[in-house]
Amino acid sequence: MRLVLVGTSHHRAPVELRERVALEREEAQALAARLAEGDREAVCLSTCNRTELYLAAEDGERAEQDAVAVLAELEPEVEPALYRLRDQAAALHLFRVAAGLDSLVPGEGEILGQVRVAHELGTTGPLLDRVFRQALHTGRKVRAQTAIGESPASVSSAAAALAEQVFGDLAGRSILLVGAGKVSEQAARNLLSRGARVSFVANRTLDRAEELASRLGAVALPLDRIEDELAHADVVVASTSAAGFVLDAPAVARTLGGRRSRRLLLIDLAVPRDLDPAIHDLDGCYLYDIDDLQAIVAETLSGRRQEAERAESLVASEADKFHEWHAALDVVPAIASLRARAEEIREAELRKAEGLLGRLDESQRRAVESIPAQIVNKLLHLPTVRMKEAAAAADGVLYAEAVRHLFGLGEEER
Amino acid sequence: MAELLFWPALLLYGEAAVGYLGDARRPGAAGRAATWGVRLGWLAQTALLGVQVARDDGFPWGTWAGSLNLFVWLVVSAYLIWGCRRSYRLLGLAVMPLASVLLLVARAGGGTGVGGASRYSSLFLVLHVGLVLAAFAGFTLAAALSGLFLWQERRLKRRAVTILRRPVPALATLDALALRTVAWSLPALTVGLAVGLVRLVVDGDQVDALVLATLVTWLVWASYLWLRWVVGWTGRRAAYIALAGFALVIVVRLALPATHFA
Repeated sequence: MRLVLVGTSHHRAPVELRERVALEREEAQALAARLAEGDREAVCLSTCNRTELYLAAEDGERAEQDAVAVLAELEPEVEPALYRLRDQAAALHLFRVAAGLDSLVPGEGEILGQVRVAHELGTTGPLLDRVFRQALHTGRKVRAQTAIGESPASVSSAAAALAEQVFGDLAGRSILLVGAGKVSEQAARNLLSRGARVSFVANRTLDRAEELASRLGAVALPLDRIEDELAHADVVVASTSAAGFVLDAPAVARTLGGRRSRRLLLIDLAVPRDLDPAIHDLDGCYLYDIDDLQAIVAETLSGRRQEAERAESLVASEADKFHEWHAALDVVPAIASLRARAEEIREAELRKAEGLLGRLDESQRRAVESIPAQIVNKLLHLPTVRMKEAAAAADGVLYAEAVRHLFGLGEEER
Repeated sequence: MAELLFWPALLLYGEAAVGYLGDARRPGAAGRAATWGVRLGWLAQTALLGVQVARDDGFPWGTWAGSLNLFVWLVVSAYLIWGCRRSYRLLGLAVMPLASVLLLVARAGGGTGVGGASRYSSLFLVLHVGLVLAAFAGFTLAAALSGLFLWQERRLKRRAVTILRRPVPALATLDALALRTVAWSLPALTVGLAVGLVRLVVDGDQVDALVLATLVTWLVWASYLWLRWVVGWTGRRAAYIALAGFALVIVVRLALPATHFA
């Protein structure tokens, strides 16, 4: 059984090409089912950054042609941007994908879930089931044993991570959004996903504030009422198009008395800035602007790249394990036949000796019967191990043929 | 036997201190090795104390060096409650070098051997020395948590670009843990001190400088709790008080051989 991969990703295809071969879940499921004719197996992994078809088939050449044809059917121009990998290289690629090493942002965590869903929706058998399970295991292992996925990769996730650095668990923490644009909303959603709640949305235009507040379950405010509600907020996210400061240091200082030393994190995503930089000097106040956050993201990304080197070695070792398992498949039938033949001989010899064995009591009989079984096991142990080793070194088929020939395996059927 | 247990304990604590230093430079395997060093070293020291208890005439912490041995064990025990978590490894960098040095000092003073006899009753030693030392161990940990808080707060104020690189507990968590540790430790110090004072009165002894210093220490930590619970102080100001309280703990510990055990 050969493992075949045909696909394209952000490395080879621009977004305008990728979007034409991107598939919804149901489409990916149907495509996998369509490719899995006969005893073939197929999985379609389709995300915004990649569309990949994994097939397991006896005829690897034909499976690859079919996969290329299917993708070309979706978009003829994709063919030059396709990569085609086989066996260990295909497995290594999938393991790297699951570990987030092939992602646009190294170590991003979403891909692991996407690989899991693709596996669930695919038409899998022994080979693809094994390779996808091992890929998911590899992805989890890389995340557990390296810090590749720990640091944020975007400004809004950096803001949320900073909030966690200050408050720990964000459950129940109150956010005051200043500005009702997309940037504010994105940052707010990142904080919401970690358990915080948006309490207020303040905006120059109250209509827009009300619109966003209704979506986030918050209360809308005009800009001039920020100071009134500041005492209740833990995090302030500001992103308006105002020309000057929306909130200055004296205003924040006036609210500190009512906060009973509660910390306040202020995130200023606006250019020009909305929040007075002097706020950062106040006790218990931490103000980060867009430059600060971008510098943090740049640093964490360089950290991710360092961790990626460690992750690569983990992935390579998992790919080696898969290779050993896959190669052993070539010799497994020969090993099974050899053991079956040995078992037949053992049983036949025991039947011949039935007359003698009949005179023994039950425990003596069991002891005598176990002797040939032990001999068979000891005799076949080393050849079994050697055949598996040879399989991993690509000589497996030759060894299997030699064993079949020497022991006359399968000859009685001919 | 005690000798056989002392050296592994010291070496493992030393390994943990070096491991945490390595982890501070590059988080990962060194930190994991350090955590195992703390765990195994703690087991070795626990066994050492067990042997001392079994073979001494009375509890072994009736001398300043013996009490230092117990103090180290209590500090490491308290650290182990959180220290196994990855984000608290940096705390180990403050705790384990101190523990290693103090254990060595305890040995130099004869506090890790066996065969000594105490002139105090076991009950008095448990209540007075045991509780005071447990409280001091708690204060040491609270001070380490406060130190970590100040370090992390300073990084946040300086907007260090590496702020998210290293796993460190959140400011709020460090603040709350320091408070909780002090809230458990102060009652222990109160009872331990009261037992000592009662004995002082019964025996007709005089109050020495160490007792006064310990009372001042109690006052500082009691102020810490009052300022936090009643006045609402948190963060930097509370952390500075914790460090001041810890400075007094050090003074009391250093003065011990020159006063109580003189």
